[in-house]
Amino acid sequence: MNVRLEPRGEPPAWLSPALTIAAVVVALVIGAIVLALVGGDPIRAYLHIIDAAFGDIGVLSDTLVKATPLILTGLACALAFRMRLWNIGAEGQFLLGAWGASAVVLLPILPPGTPAIVVIPAMMLAGAAAGGVWGFIPGVLRARLGVNEIITTLMLNYVALAWIQFWVFGPWSEGGFQQTVAFPREAWLPRLTDLAEQFPLLAGLTTHLGLVFAVVAAAIMSIVVSRTRWGYEMRLIGDNARAARYAGIDTARYIVVVFVISGALAGLAGMSEVSGVVHRLQDRISPGYGFTAIIIAYLAGFGPWRVVLASILFGALILAGREIQPSGVPAMIQGVILFCLIVAGVFTRYRIRITRRVMAAT
Amino acid sequence: MSATAAQPADAVTNPHAIEAVGVVKAFPGVLANDHVDFDVRPGEIHALLGENGAGKSTLMNVLAGMYRPDDGGVRVGGRDVEFRSPRDAIAAGIGMVHQHFALVPSQTVAENVLLGLDRPRFRLDLRRTETEVAALAAKLGLRVDPGARVWQLSVGEQQRVEIVKLLFHGARVLILDEPTAVLAPQEIAELFDTLRSMAEDGRSVVFISHKLGEVLTIADRITVMRAGRVTAAGIDPRGVTRADLARLMVGRPVLEALDRTQVEAGRVVLAIEGVSADNDRGVPALREAWLEVRAGEIVGIAAVAGNGQAELAQVITGMRMGTGRVLVDGRDVAARPSRVAIDAGVGHVPEDRAGVGSAPNLSLVDNLILRRFRRAPVARGPFLDKGAARSKARELQGAYAISAPTLDAPVRILSGGNLQRLILAREIDAAPRLLVAVQPTRGLDVGAIEGVHQLLLDLRAAGTAILLISEELEELLALADRILVMYEGRVTASFDTPRASDVEAIGLHMTGGEESADGAPSAPEAGTA
Amino acid sequence: MIDLTLILAAGVASGTILLFAAIGEIFAERAGVLNLGVEGMMLIGAVAGFSVAASAGDPWIGLLVAMLAGGLLSLVHAVITITFRADQVISGLALTFLGSGLARVLGDGLSNAGPIVTLPRATVPILSQVPFIGPVLFRDQSILTYVGFVLVPLAWYWIDRTRPGLHLRAVGERPAAADAQGIDVVAVRYAYVLVGGLLAGLAGAAITLAISPGWFGDQTVAGRGWIAIGLVIFAQWSPIRVAFGAYLFGAIFRFIIDIQGVPSILGVTNPFAAGRSATFFLEMLPYLFVVVVVILGSRQALRRRIGAPAALGIPYVRGERSA
Repeated sequence: MNVRLEPRGEPPAWLSPALTIAAVVVALVIGAIVLALVGGDPIRAYLHIIDAAFGDIGVLSDTLVKATPLILTGLACALAFRMRLWNIGAEGQFLLGAWGASAVVLLPILPPGTPAIVVIPAMMLAGAAAGGVWGFIPGVLRARLGVNEIITTLMLNYVALAWIQFWVFGPWSEGGFQQTVAFPREAWLPRLTDLAEQFPLLAGLTTHLGLVFAVVAAAIMSIVVSRTRWGYEMRLIGDNARAARYAGIDTARYIVVVFVISGALAGLAGMSEVSGVVHRLQDRISPGYGFTAIIIAYLAGFGPWRVVLASILFGALILAGREIQPSGVPAMIQGVILFCLIVAGVFTRYRIRITRRVMAAT
Repeated sequence: MSATAAQPADAVTNPHAIEAVGVVKAFPGVLANDHVDFDVRPGEIHALLGENGAGKSTLMNVLAGMYRPDDGGVRVGGRDVEFRSPRDAIAAGIGMVHQHFALVPSQTVAENVLLGLDRPRFRLDLRRTETEVAALAAKLGLRVDPGARVWQLSVGEQQRVEIVKLLFHGARVLILDEPTAVLAPQEIAELFDTLRSMAEDGRSVVFISHKLGEVLTIADRITVMRAGRVTAAGIDPRGVTRADLARLMVGRPVLEALDRTQVEAGRVVLAIEGVSADNDRGVPALREAWLEVRAGEIVGIAAVAGNGQAELAQVITGMRMGTGRVLVDGRDVAARPSRVAIDAGVGHVPEDRAGVGSAPNLSLVDNLILRRFRRAPVARGPFLDKGAARSKARELQGAYAISAPTLDAPVRILSGGNLQRLILAREIDAAPRLLVAVQPTRGLDVGAIEGVHQLLLDLRAAGTAILLISEELEELLALADRILVMYEGRVTASFDTPRASDVEAIGLHMTGGEESADGAPSAPEAGTA
Repeated sequence: MIDLTLILAAGVASGTILLFAAIGEIFAERAGVLNLGVEGMMLIGAVAGFSVAASAGDPWIGLLVAMLAGGLLSLVHAVITITFRADQVISGLALTFLGSGLARVLGDGLSNAGPIVTLPRATVPILSQVPFIGPVLFRDQSILTYVGFVLVPLAWYWIDRTRPGLHLRAVGERPAAADAQGIDVVAVRYAYVLVGGLLAGLAGAAITLAISPGWFGDQTVAGRGWIAIGLVIFAQWSPIRVAFGAYLFGAIFRFIIDIQGVPSILGVTNPFAAGRSATFFLEMLPYLFVVVVVILGSRQALRRRIGAPAALGIPYVRGERSA
């Protein structure tokens, strides 16, 4: 048997989205089979996912809470991947961001009793800055010394986790537990439920202001990417770095800047998580948002609005996944989804001809 | 090992060393070979002539076992053979020197020779192989150091390695794809001597070329291909003229009638003063080069590949860091990012069209604004005006006849000629003060070459200074007002209003033959007005 | 006090894990295929080896299954990147997700499987008596450690001195040249990606069946797959240099564990003693060290202007022509 790939000239516009959806469906089917093999009930699990995505407003709110850090880290990855910079470090940048935001309250950088209107922006700034620093390191190493960013970003993830653990177990530990004391109310992002007095319908809904940050970030990125010179320059660097240099673009500086922005976005996700959801720092604050973000960015084809959509889908998946046993299943399904997306990408670019090897007919 | 190779007796009983019979080979969108017959006799040099894209290389790749024909077949010594891989062809005594050499740069000559062999079984005895290779090379009179790493060798040396490799493999039929493209005139003469002695030895040589003069010099017989078909099979070179061959090759009479107006050279636009630079391996490639180009003047650079001409173009255009001064209209752009050169009005047609000159997966629009997106009307503050970009692109597509399905199509689907027109359109439309054009016609067919030549002459008439770097001496003679020869990173000779009769002298300088050219840092520009 | 020879001996054992994974990756990368899925393949190897050994009661069967599991996973990468020519980076990442997810699924409940029979240990008769070197390298080491000793020169010899090695290097440097000489580029790449997978599986099994037996979820491998990839860059794709790196990192890992067991150093309270939060700075060390080492490797590559196999990461297409 002989597999031949024939490049397509210009694929029709419907092909890529159709194949993307097909890839997700195939991945979910494979996931179901594996789930059944390990003794789970795939139908119940998937109904649970649907419920988590389209259930009542309370569940939807929970899904959006899960989607918020995914959108921000997903945008972080999408931005870097557009330039073929493999920032696998969104996880570490997320953790650093959470730490930076916590430091504002716990170090403390601002004295207790500072009003929310000052504390929240300070936490956002600190979170984004800490994440940005964590992105700057691999960025500058890659741009100036040609150091492989995949390795450095990954290693920095482990370093970030140990850093968080040091603070959570040590100086900031609440009575020896693996978490810090709860933040004061001034350091909490406003939630929908906070408005329950005026609008009783919103009672119990935990969706917080972080979602607005995420959507605004997506909107800004969408405009930058499609309408500005920077977006054009990024596309150019991503497609052919040598052509970008030929076009007079300082690619090294771009690499650093994009890494810093990418890290800052992931850092903001960390801030939004501690300030909007957990209200304290713990070492297990991320169930792997920064890694899921890689798949989200890929699923979205690096498009900012599609990152939002994909994040909601994965938010539902994570929400439902908590009930799926064994615990590795969601991670595995994510891997399968990614593989299916890669194959879908191949189908978009090539026609695949599988031929039986025919003896040269004379 | 190879029975065919060991029995010259076959040659007597069978008139053909190798034959292609009704070969059909299609690629997506192209019928590269359409029922092609081709035969080679023992002991002859058979030239295969045709334009780029005529299907010559495809046919030879079929003979060498790289491609399997869709239909038809190959006969060696009168017997049908079916090559499953190049290894089968090597075993049958067929060897091919590809246009882009099939050598592994990081390995030694001896290791490269061993690559295609079935021996040794397991353990490499490189010392023994080196002795054997050295002995064979000495016997053929080819200078080759078997212990050298390939990346250290010049292009000419690499070609000798390829030939020695084939002979070491016991090749009776040698196929050479455009072997002269990278050589200086003297090296070409040397190569021809080698080929003749191999033919006298009873081996067959297939010589692929699109250069009429060479073909008439070296060939015993000529086969011409056009658009996948044979238009003349095995004709005798004594019975044909250049014009005949050109017609067979292109399908219409070819008269390169260039509209070359007299232009008075203006003031100096580009001045290169003592510029040095390293190549990608960190080895000095450009050593204190000096030259000048004036407005309305085409200055051609003639050099054998790897003598610093590529680095020179890169330093001028800001793609490579160098020392010394590069003055464009009196402004030093050396060791500055390419942005500075662009702003100074330097247009650049790079050698690598797909790898440097364009972004393959981006659209025609995106590629046509590649070097002008910072300027109005395409740029509006930090924003890009997509409408303005599109209308500019549409205008250029029309004016330069770039054929593409839509303006949104990725440029990777463009043919070589169309992509080159796109790059030229973009660079010329920016109305540059200086255009640096590197190998602007490489790989294009005759019609496209004519078009490019005319564009360059029109630009010259408009007063642009043009630095033309080309490995085609004929092109330089047709276009350049002056030809400078580069050797080992220096400008070693200058020829004003060059004529065909200068070829010999130019070639001598290209190979560093002139004793007087050595030593002193040369500034041949100093004297010329 | 800390016994240096003991730490070094344990470091050599721990470095063996990195050694197998890194040499496997060297083979794949020398053939031109970057496989970032080492972490996933090691996890699969670790869990497959451990669970099979636990249920079969024979660590050798576990070892075999571990290698096959790693190899099988690597073939997924081979199909995606060699046949389908997809991006090697993203496929490798997907392999990591898939491998670690699958490992956690298969390893569900394994943490309480109790002790298993580990692979045998041995002392080399005469060599172990050599002062210093003997106790560090040849006394009471796992049988796999000795396999590692043999693998290093073997890998070097295979790559630099044999005909298959010549083909391997040609395919990774200039696949078109190899193809023109009749070397089957696709087959060679599949073979060495598979070798990489088998060795990654072996590395995983070396953890759970020999060096530090047991199953602790993701933490069993704890990023060592990524460290192995970093070591390959540091070693500039040389099996000899990678051995130095692997054993050095093995020693660092051991040192981090051992120093936590010391209450005080020269009368000063050990800030890194177990249970103190400063130990987390110790845990950062190997990862920070990888960053340093990768920087060193990259700097050297810049200076010598050689390094990575020229065709690394690039799918091979024979004679692709623009229509």
